[in-house]
Amino acid sequence: MEARARNLYLVPYVLWIVLFVIAPILLIAYYSFFNVEGQFTFENYAKFFTPVYLRMTLSSFWYAFLITLFSLLVAYPTAYLLTKTKHKALWLLLIILPSWINLLLKAYAFIGLFGTYGFVNTILEVTGIGKKQILFTDFSFVFVSVYIFIPFMILPVYNALEKMNPTLIDAARDLGASPWMTFRRVVFPLTIDGVKAGCMAVFIPALSLFMITRLIAGNRVITLGTAIEQHFLVTQDWGMGATIAVFLIIAMAILMLLTGNRKRGLIDIVKR
Amino acid sequence: MTQLVRMFLLVFIVAFGLMYLTSYLNSSAGYSGGNTLTVYNWGDYIDPELIAQFEEETGIKVIYQTFDSNEAMMTKIKQGGTTFDVAIPSEYAISKMKEDDLLLKLDHSKLPNLEHIDSRFMHLSFDPENAYSVPYFWGTVGIVFNPDLVGDLTFDSWDDLWDESLRNNVFLLDGAREVIGMGLNSLGYSLNDTNEEHLQEALAKLSKLTPNVKAIVGDEIKMLMANEEAAVGLVWSGDASEIMDENEALDYIVPEEGSNLWFDNMVIPKTARNLDGAHQFINFMLNPEVAAQNTEYVGYSTPNKDALAILPEDISGDERFYPDEELTERLEVYDNLGPRMLSHYNELFLEFKMHRK
Repeated sequence: MEARARNLYLVPYVLWIVLFVIAPILLIAYYSFFNVEGQFTFENYAKFFTPVYLRMTLSSFWYAFLITLFSLLVAYPTAYLLTKTKHKALWLLLIILPSWINLLLKAYAFIGLFGTYGFVNTILEVTGIGKKQILFTDFSFVFVSVYIFIPFMILPVYNALEKMNPTLIDAARDLGASPWMTFRRVVFPLTIDGVKAGCMAVFIPALSLFMITRLIAGNRVITLGTAIEQHFLVTQDWGMGATIAVFLIIAMAILMLLTGNRKRGLIDIVKR
Repeated sequence: MTQLVRMFLLVFIVAFGLMYLTSYLNSSAGYSGGNTLTVYNWGDYIDPELIAQFEEETGIKVIYQTFDSNEAMMTKIKQGGTTFDVAIPSEYAISKMKEDDLLLKLDHSKLPNLEHIDSRFMHLSFDPENAYSVPYFWGTVGIVFNPDLVGDLTFDSWDDLWDESLRNNVFLLDGAREVIGMGLNSLGYSLNDTNEEHLQEALAKLSKLTPNVKAIVGDEIKMLMANEEAAVGLVWSGDASEIMDENEALDYIVPEEGSNLWFDNMVIPKTARNLDGAHQFINFMLNPEVAAQNTEYVGYSTPNKDALAILPEDISGDERFYPDEELTERLEVYDNLGPRMLSHYNELFLEFKMHRK
């Protein structure tokens, strides 16, 4: 009786996963085998391995890597300082707040800020540095992306830091470790799970960024996300769009496997 | 708990009250009556006074709804569940909708005002008999530029865009057909060319344009050009007229090698319920006086020759938006190249974007 009731409770979750996770992935895989004329074919996969798409893949990974790296560089110290502040909840709220604002609005705000006659350039001019082209450069693209993704990096790192037992740091100090040594040997290894989670939360969406590539980078940066958007909305070549999406899913799955928590996965199984 | 229940009750009462109120307002405004007409058009693309005038003349209530892309409009009509009586898609969308069987034939006997349309704009490739569509507005693809910032360049020729003085100073529209078409035009080919050699030649030429291109952008191009973020932009004439309204220093030109000629046409989609009303509306919009008033409001080029005759000289004589016949001869409408070629155009365009590194 009880088992049956438990199974009954499972129904909504199973339904949810089947309808909104498994079915869409299967649909994407299914569509990827059809060309524009709706015939069954493998040509989309062949097309993916042409220089255009391979270079696009490479540049997507490169920019996603840069965005993740800079997010981590900014987020880690921020999260560390957060654990030391008095009003943690308030600061956290302030950091999360911008993610409540629509992405498009934020992008438009940056167009205004970074434009030739925008706020930043006015300041640069007043301070004597002179006007610079900021909008439509790699810099502005990475900057805005980092700005958008940073809350997703700060939160897991912050949680990991919070969970860490502070007495461990004292112990390391007592045993004569320098601050750098303490960080490298004690703090960082203990928060590595948070860092991994943060990197995943940033890297994966960064791989398929679009819209910002047009609004902020003026299509100077072409990611796989841009190509998917074009194929679905402009050419209506759903097959090719789906094929690119399949490769993105595969890439993400590989990443998950590589960065996944081995201790709990493999070693546990081996021990048993 | 009781507080929660009371809250919910309150919300329900307010919601139902509002529902009743809107239905009351709608019926008092005549919306629930039989004689309504749903018009599906681009945003801000008709003089609202004309809708009021049409309602007064015919007693038909107009429900005006807007879309922001041909694709979105087509999807909505395809899905059904809507009752659009008149829609205003662009020419390539019309040929697609025709293929997908989404349009109804027009009854020309109910459209006597069709005679006011310039014969140049009738019987075009996307609808040779005008069986499904009637021109609403038309325009070109050309160059909007700031004469103070470009030196001696006049942009009589597309090749001026390649000039070295324009380094990092050109905005392009984010459209495969527009950009590849410009490349083809600048080489003297047709913008509907499907010859692979010509396309590769165009791509090679476009990749030389790379150092001059500051960005390839979408609708933001209007805001960016008006703010003088760059000296030159490749735009549709409709956008150009909006940009020039914002910033009077700018000018617009269609280069002599030729360019694209686009149309937004009135059609009756499959979903129509009020066929009589739809014909009445289309015929009303074709009335020269109405078309002239609408042209003054919207600012695009009217295909209605008798409307043009009554428009003030500073509009009808503006060669930027009403190019002379010699140039119009060289303008081409985008043919429906079929999904495979369109996909190829897009891949070339992606390749061009990738070249920019």
